[in-house]
Amino acid sequence: MTVRVQTEDFDLADEVAALRRGNPKVGAVACFVGVVRDLNEGDAVAQMTLEQYPGMTEKSIEKIIDEARGRWEIYDVIVIHRVGTLAPTDQIVLVAVSSAHRGEAFQACEFLMDYLKTRAPFWKKEETPGGSRWVDARAADDQAAARWR
Amino acid sequence: MKPTDPQTAIVQILYFARLREAFGRADEALVLPEGVGDVGSLRRFLIGRGGAWALELAEGRAVRIAVNQDMADAATPVAAGDEVAFFPPVTGG
Repeated sequence: MTVRVQTEDFDLADEVAALRRGNPKVGAVACFVGVVRDLNEGDAVAQMTLEQYPGMTEKSIEKIIDEARGRWEIYDVIVIHRVGTLAPTDQIVLVAVSSAHRGEAFQACEFLMDYLKTRAPFWKKEETPGGSRWVDARAADDQAAARWR
Repeated sequence: MKPTDPQTAIVQILYFARLREAFGRADEALVLPEGVGDVGSLRRFLIGRGGAWALELAEGRAVRIAVNQDMADAATPVAAGDEVAFFPPVTGG
């Protein structure tokens, strides 16, 4: 398992290569990449700043990965989450899961993303024409996470 | 059980995101006040400061609290040496 919280960007191809390197049992890799959009709740977003709770962030992501491992037969997981100031089109988050078959990889990847959005201590502040504002948690994200219970 | 020495009964409190801005601080070392032994009583103590504290931490406001980096609820014990964090609902991903 790899968990990284970093300001730097990441390269999807490099990360997937590392994830499956040396394991000929891997038959599937599912990836999710989250990207900064230029619009949120009807307002243009010039940039956003991501804040985290150092220490708890890594711990909570590791806990979420352990939970995924308990539910699905998966080989390895990588989660990279960026912090600091990001602009539209920038990558924010990567979740990649390897497994023998696609079903487990797809499901575990979606589960990890849904839980990460509702449990990992990150907060977004957006710069819009009306000034800067903290992004509110969305009920839709809680509902997405609740389907896995 | 460790003896409770008032001089050392200190908890480290952290504030994140909107709360950090509203309180004008990211952290503080608090000598545990008399009668504060869990998350609920600590929250009520902070509300008692009035102003932004009373507004942001009021019952019914969406505030998340972690003790020693694990999510907590009002009944979670708080003791000397603990790290207690107050923050809004998370918005990562």
